[in-house]
Parts: sequence; structure tokens; C-alpha cells
Amino acid sequence: MDHPAELQTQPAAVRLRGIVKSFGTGDTKVTVLRGIDLDIYLGEMLLLVGESGGGKTTLLSAIAGILDIDEGDIDVLGVPLSDLPAGKRTTFRGQTMGFIYQQFNLLPALTAAENVAVPLLIQKISRSAALRRARAMLDRVGLGDRAEFLPKNLSGGQQQRVAIARALVNEPRLLICDEPTAALDGPNGQKIMELLREVGRAPDRCVVIVTHDSRIFHFGDRMANLTDGRIVSIEAITREGTA
Amino acid sequence: MNYVALKMLFGDRAKYLMLLCGLTFAVMLIVQQGSIFWGLMIWSQSSVSNLNVPIWVTDPGIAQVDEVKPIADTAVDRVRSVPGVEWAVPLYKGLLRARLSNGDYHQITLTGLESSTLIGRPAEVLEGRFEDVLQPDAVVLDQWAVERMGGPNVIKIGTVFELNDKLARVVAIAKTQKSFTNIPVVYTTYERAIRYIPRERRTLSYVLAKAKDGVPVAEVTKRIHEQTGLGAFTAEEFGWKTIGWVLKNTGIGINFGTTILLGFIVGMAIAGQTFYLFTVENLRQFGALKAMGASTFTLARMILLQAFTVGLTGYGVGIGLATVFGFFTARSGGLPFIETWQLLLLVLVALLAICTFSALISIIKLARLEPAIVFR
Repeated sequence: MDHPAELQTQPAAVRLRGIVKSFGTGDTKVTVLRGIDLDIYLGEMLLLVGESGGGKTTLLSAIAGILDIDEGDIDVLGVPLSDLPAGKRTTFRGQTMGFIYQQFNLLPALTAAENVAVPLLIQKISRSAALRRARAMLDRVGLGDRAEFLPKNLSGGQQQRVAIARALVNEPRLLICDEPTAALDGPNGQKIMELLREVGRAPDRCVVIVTHDSRIFHFGDRMANLTDGRIVSIEAITREGTA
Repeated sequence: MNYVALKMLFGDRAKYLMLLCGLTFAVMLIVQQGSIFWGLMIWSQSSVSNLNVPIWVTDPGIAQVDEVKPIADTAVDRVRSVPGVEWAVPLYKGLLRARLSNGDYHQITLTGLESSTLIGRPAEVLEGRFEDVLQPDAVVLDQWAVERMGGPNVIKIGTVFELNDKLARVVAIAKTQKSFTNIPVVYTTYERAIRYIPRERRTLSYVLAKAKDGVPVAEVTKRIHEQTGLGAFTAEEFGWKTIGWVLKNTGIGINFGTTILLGFIVGMAIAGQTFYLFTVENLRQFGALKAMGASTFTLARMILLQAFTVGLTGYGVGIGLATVFGFFTARSGGLPFIETWQLLLLVLVALLAICTFSALISIIKLARLEPAIVFR
């Protein structure tokens, strides 16, 4: 498996070993992940690609600690996530992770700024401080002038930018993105990926993106191909294309 | 997160209004029906409250105030002889027919008060002077008699009618609490009441009494019962005895109770279902909050806040509407409407039960919610 040379010297931020996950029982049992081993490093943007039903989203949920696995170990930033009780896992997730969803999942009754402030409010930061930071984050994603807009009054691209701002506002060390460009047209998808690379990628953060969209593959640092519950290849990506 | 919870609640205006309407309707129905029910109960014992005396003595087997069981005339002196009794006076109470000069007949309740003290007289007189009842053939009517017997053009001061072929002349109109049966009340002296009624061996309906200052009323009623063998009740006891009889014998309690229960069930069903739908429709958003680090406890607190906010708003609006209804109906005297703090407290408890139930089914749903739903 191919790792970028500059990353191989540091310990993995996310370390997956022997991950197995099945759904259903008896005759209807389907094994979705069949022994996944994967390291993800700080400072890199990893793309998880592969055919539908290959287990990408399940693996992403497992990395995020929102889905219990049947076997294996998940270490995130040195914490054995698979051994943590649910409550502690929730707290850990709130403090260290940011999420970007295919359907944005913005709260329709909240303005853009209020939506961005939600992760901070969950961390019990005061509303005024949370909103101040949320507006600053919206400025960074180019939506400073839309802070008081409701999601329904924003375009799909703008909504995803709000979602990016929300994912980054608590400065997470692990950014988890599920098909961030799937609900957007081509140009908007490109812009979102440019933004993710510009503001999302940081030396002390790793970004994991599940995607089908081959037009955005070149934004990643590495690409892991997941097929039938197994990682069949991991390739480093040069800015001109895959290595 | 309270801020987020409230914005989510108020943001879905249609659902919020539906929830509010459901709870408001439930509260209004329960308060309105409960207040009318209690008003009717108060009316049912108005014969006790209108006379405003502390102790009632009569046949021990009596069931309620309007079911008169005459006792011997000597009972007055026997009660007076009980230690702790300050005074005791006779009272006549019975049904009679009044014949008006225009030929109309009306059933009336004849109340005969002891003439030297007029103990048991209504506290407020609307027209004339109550003391004029001491004049020959004089009677005093309550204001409901004016209404029932033909209105103010037919019944006024100076109007003459017959009671058992004997003359009765109206000298005053008194203000009283309406009774459950709404039979007009005619007040006169005890002696004249006895003259109006057909001859009977026993004519004394009640002995009204008062305990001496410093002697507990309950103690005196106990002594009266022990020493005379008669039934002796405090006004409060007699009132409750009457209410109990009405509840047991008229089915009114079941009738109103059913309506109140329906209000509770309908309120719970509407609120529960709407709130559950509200949660289900926001499931992805709640899932996203869970993924972002919100604990089940935080989400439960948000749901409870939403439920109690809409519940308490509905409580206020429902009580307001019921009170406005009561104000207009009670003012005209057409319907009894007595809103007590006990009823309002009971409704609040019922409402909190509805809100808790509604919130709980949503919380159970959220507790079982896998945050992974946001990736599907």
C-alpha cells in the first residue's frame, strides 16, 4: 500500500485494524466490511472510493464512532474509539470531529450563522461567543454576507458551504465528509472541493471523504478503493492525477 | 441548546400551531367542563350556603338539604339545651305551589325563618327591605323567582299571589345563589310558613344553630348528635353531603367526567401524535446533532423543553379562553361557572402528563436513533 513519503514518518491519526461489520442475522446476514486495515495521517485528505454497496459509508460511520463494529480496533488520535462507552464516544466526537453530509442536514429553522454555531453550543460555549465564531467561519467560506439567511434562502452550493463552516467551526482534527458534492452540479462541486482543500486541509487535521464523483478525485492526497468490503488499493495522488 | 430547541419548535409554524391548538382545546375543554361541573355542585348545595348558618340539625337519616324529613317541634329546645350551643332557631323548608293573579301556577320552595331574629336571611337585598317580611302576609322572593314566575313586570314589590289559598304579598327581592333545580324561593317567617302549608303533625324541617365562641363547631355538632339523637352537621359537611348525594344519584359526575376524560385523551392523542411526527420529520437533523456530539440526554432535554413550552403556552391560552367563556355565561346567570385554583392545578398536572407522554415517545425514538442515519 502506498503512503505519501512525507506522511509515513509520523504516527497515523486514524488507525483501523481488522474492521468487520455485518448487518442482519441468519440467512439475511450481510457482511459489509471484511477486515479493513487502514492508516490515515494528519495533514492528508483521503478519498474513500468504490462501487455502491462496497462499504464506504459504513466504514466512514465506523471511523466517526457512530456505528458499532463487530470486530477490530479503531484508534482515533490515539484514543481506542471502539473501546469507549457510547457517552464518552459522543463527547469525543463533539470535541474532535467535524461532519459534512451529502444532504447538508442544516436545521431549517436556524439561520446560517446559528447552524454553524450548533457544534459550539453542543460544547456549551455561550451563544454570543458561538455566534461570533460562526460568523467569522462563514466569512472564511465566503458567506459572511449570508449569515442571517435561512437555509431555504440559500442555493445548494451555499448550503454546503454553510455545512463546511459548521464542520470546521470547532476546529476538528478529523473531518468526515460523506459525498460532499453529490447534491451539487459540476462547477459547484469543484468550488466546494477547492474550499475544502483551502480551509479544511490543515497540518494538524486529516480529512476523510467518501465520494463517487471522479471529477473531484484530484483534490485528494490518497485514494482508497473499497470494493466488496475490502480495500483493494490505496494510491497516492499527484496534483496532475494519480501516481 | 435550549435556544436551538425553541427555534426548531417555532420554526415549524404549522406543526407548532397544530400542537398549540390541540393542547389549548384540551385545556379549554377540561377547564370549561370542570368549572361548569363545579358550578353545578355549588348550586346543588345553595340551600345550605344561602342561609349561611354554621350548624344544621335534622333527622339523622337525611341524605341532602332539599330532602326534608320533618322533626318534632321540641327539637329546638333540645338543641338549645346542649352545652356549647349559643343559639338555636327553627327553620321551615318545603315545596308549595304559588298561584299568581293571572292564573299561572309555579312550584316554589317556601322557607320560614324564625321571626324574632330572621336568622338565615339572605345577606343582600336587591329591592325593598327584608325586615318588612314581618308585616302581615309579607313574603320575600329571591331574584330567580322574579325570572321564573313571569319577569319583573309580573313579579315586583307589591305583587300579590296565593300560597295554598292564602294571601302572600311581595315586600322585597333578595339576591341569592341560584339552586340546581332553579325552583323560586319564597322567604317568610316560620310562623306564617306553618300557616301557608297544609296541616301536618310535624312541621319543623331544620334547627339552625351556632356554637359559642371558642367552642369548636365540630365538637358542638357531635354533642348535639349524642344528646338529642338528631343528625347534626356543620354547614360544610351538609354541603358536601348534598354534593355527594347529587353525584351518586344523578349521573352528572359520570357525564362531566366522561367529557373531561375525552378532553384529556383527545389532547394527549393530538399532542402525542403531532409531537412524534415533528420528531420523526426532524430525525435526520437530530441524527446530525447526535453525530456532532449532542448526547441523548441533551436531545431529551431539548424535546422536553419543546413539549413543556408548547404545553404551558396552550395552558395559558386554554385557561384564558375558558375564563372568557365563563365570564360571559356566568354574568348572565345562565350557566354555573366556578373556576377554582384546585381545578387549574389539576389541569396543569394533566397537561404536564400529556406533555411528558408526548415527549417520552419522541425521546424513546431519539434514544434508539443511530446517528449513522445521517449518512444514509
